[in-house]
Amino acid sequence: MAGKSPWGGNPGDGENNEGSGDQPPSDKPKGPKNPWLPPSSGDDRRSANIEDIFKNRGPEGPRRGGPGGPNFRLPKRPGGKSWFPVFVVGLVSLGLLTTMVHQVEAGEEGVVKTLGSYSRTLQPGIKVTMPWPLETVQIENVQNVRQLTFPADGEEKLILTGDQNLVNLSYIIRFNIKDLSNFKFQLAEPIETVREVAEAAMRASVAEKTLDETFSGQGRAEIEERVRTRMQAILDAYRAGIQVQGVEIDKTDPPTRVVEAFKDVSAAEQDADAARNRARAYAQRVLNLASGEAEAFDRVYQEYRLAPEVTRQRLYYETMERILSQTDKTIVEADGVTPYLPLPEIQRRARSSSATPAAPAEGQ
Amino acid sequence: MQTVWENHKLTIIAVVALIIAVLSTLFVVSEEEQVVILRGGEPVTVVNRFKPDQGFGSTGAGVWYRIPLLDNVVRIDKRVMDLEMTDQQVLSSDQQRLLVNAYARFRIIDPVRMVQRAQTTENLRRQLEPILNSVLRQELGRRTFQAMLTAERGTAMTNIRNNLDRQAREYGAQVIDVRIMRTDLPEGTPLESAFRRMETDREREAATIRAEGERDARIIRAEADASAARTYAQSFGQDPQFYDFYRAMQSYDATFAQREDGAESNFILSPDNEYLRQFRGRR
Repeated sequence: MAGKSPWGGNPGDGENNEGSGDQPPSDKPKGPKNPWLPPSSGDDRRSANIEDIFKNRGPEGPRRGGPGGPNFRLPKRPGGKSWFPVFVVGLVSLGLLTTMVHQVEAGEEGVVKTLGSYSRTLQPGIKVTMPWPLETVQIENVQNVRQLTFPADGEEKLILTGDQNLVNLSYIIRFNIKDLSNFKFQLAEPIETVREVAEAAMRASVAEKTLDETFSGQGRAEIEERVRTRMQAILDAYRAGIQVQGVEIDKTDPPTRVVEAFKDVSAAEQDADAARNRARAYAQRVLNLASGEAEAFDRVYQEYRLAPEVTRQRLYYETMERILSQTDKTIVEADGVTPYLPLPEIQRRARSSSATPAAPAEGQ
Repeated sequence: MQTVWENHKLTIIAVVALIIAVLSTLFVVSEEEQVVILRGGEPVTVVNRFKPDQGFGSTGAGVWYRIPLLDNVVRIDKRVMDLEMTDQQVLSSDQQRLLVNAYARFRIIDPVRMVQRAQTTENLRRQLEPILNSVLRQELGRRTFQAMLTAERGTAMTNIRNNLDRQAREYGAQVIDVRIMRTDLPEGTPLESAFRRMETDREREAATIRAEGERDARIIRAEADASAARTYAQSFGQDPQFYDFYRAMQSYDATFAQREDGAESNFILSPDNEYLRQFRGRR
């Protein structure tokens, strides 16, 4: 519609003279030429801008050649009337329709400004307002939970902990709009504000914890809760119209530069466990051996108690039998006779293996 | 159409002129802006100036007028705006360096003064940023490194806000809040030494854990030994004399048995040996 000549076309004689269609509103003896009108190509879908129209119609306004080629002709309309009014009416009604009827989807709300001033908030449904420029509508989804991820670029972001260590921390903030008019009119950059408030709240909350606490599940849960309440308090103080739904710490890691040292702590724990396990295995062995031996002794002793003398003898003979049957024996019979030791024999053995001339058997 | 134009030429022109006049006179002031009308560079009217506790819809927003070609309309944001700064190095009272980044939220409460002193919001930001930097430096520099990290706990942020606010009011702006967004250790020595400290901390911890493991292992072994000794004592203590005999027998078995490595024992038995008692026949 912008740039179209508002002066009417030819009076029904169907003569479409070529012309610019942009006659200045001056006293000319001849009527203005009929502006050839292009087929609408999205031109009429744009809501008309009154300012544009009049800027070009002002006395000093620039002259604008009508769109379309100079030789372009529109087919004649039945009845031989000009197309122009049809287009005007069409464009105007289209403009009215798009600026008057609004579909607000479920979970959305729309703020209506009447001549710039906030008038009301639209709830879901098909809603009718006054046309532009009297009323304007901005529709936003208020139920959708939006997410912000930190750090935004996914790079390592180190935060100082209370014990002056550094932790590599990434987290997600989930929020939605709880008051659309505040969200729209209170802050110049609401989303940017949420982001900055989140950073400030997280920084402050981590500074209250030690490094080890940030690694523990409980410490993380506490930080999340602190950040959420802090953020909500700050945003409410700004009257941002935003509800923080949740803060989720995704990971807390040591900085990559020192991660090896942290891994070594885990390795040390493994090592310590291994040492303890080896000791337990040894303990198991020793205890089993002890209880086994004690059990064996108990059994034998019970027998022994039944017939002490005989059992003792039996055990003695059995043992001697086992021992002496496997070894060389020399018995020296008579008193006063120098015992002859078969030394060569012994030496011969000593050559083949280390022989042990034994003293008379002794107990432990 | 032709005839309409011919007959009502003047009327049409008049109507069009009227519309143009109306449109260049009236303008819409939106809910989120304040407007200062300048006539010859001097402010004459303020529309929709910020007032606290005004509900939306009952503000001064709406249609307003100007004298075309004479009045200049300056639109100023009414909403809370953001003042960001670049990272500042602050030296704490205990001589440690820290990179600090903060933001301030401000809004313009006196648009006339703001237009006169700073012209645009961008200019205003340029004026306020160095003020924020120096106020922050001053206030945090009085504190220890540890207190800087938890600046929210003390009066630091309030002082910074009040200081900045006092100076911002000169420009017709009100500072609502100042927050520290980031505190980082500067690259180089401070960061390196923090890393080194973290590393040595962990090394110490690892050594301690390993030592504890060894200690526990020793204790476990000792306890087992003690417990085994108790078991033996309970059992063998029933009859020490028999134990002596019994254990001796076991010991002989273990000592004199034919071993696989071929080491052999040689016995020279005296006839008086207990084992040969029967061998000599009855006497």
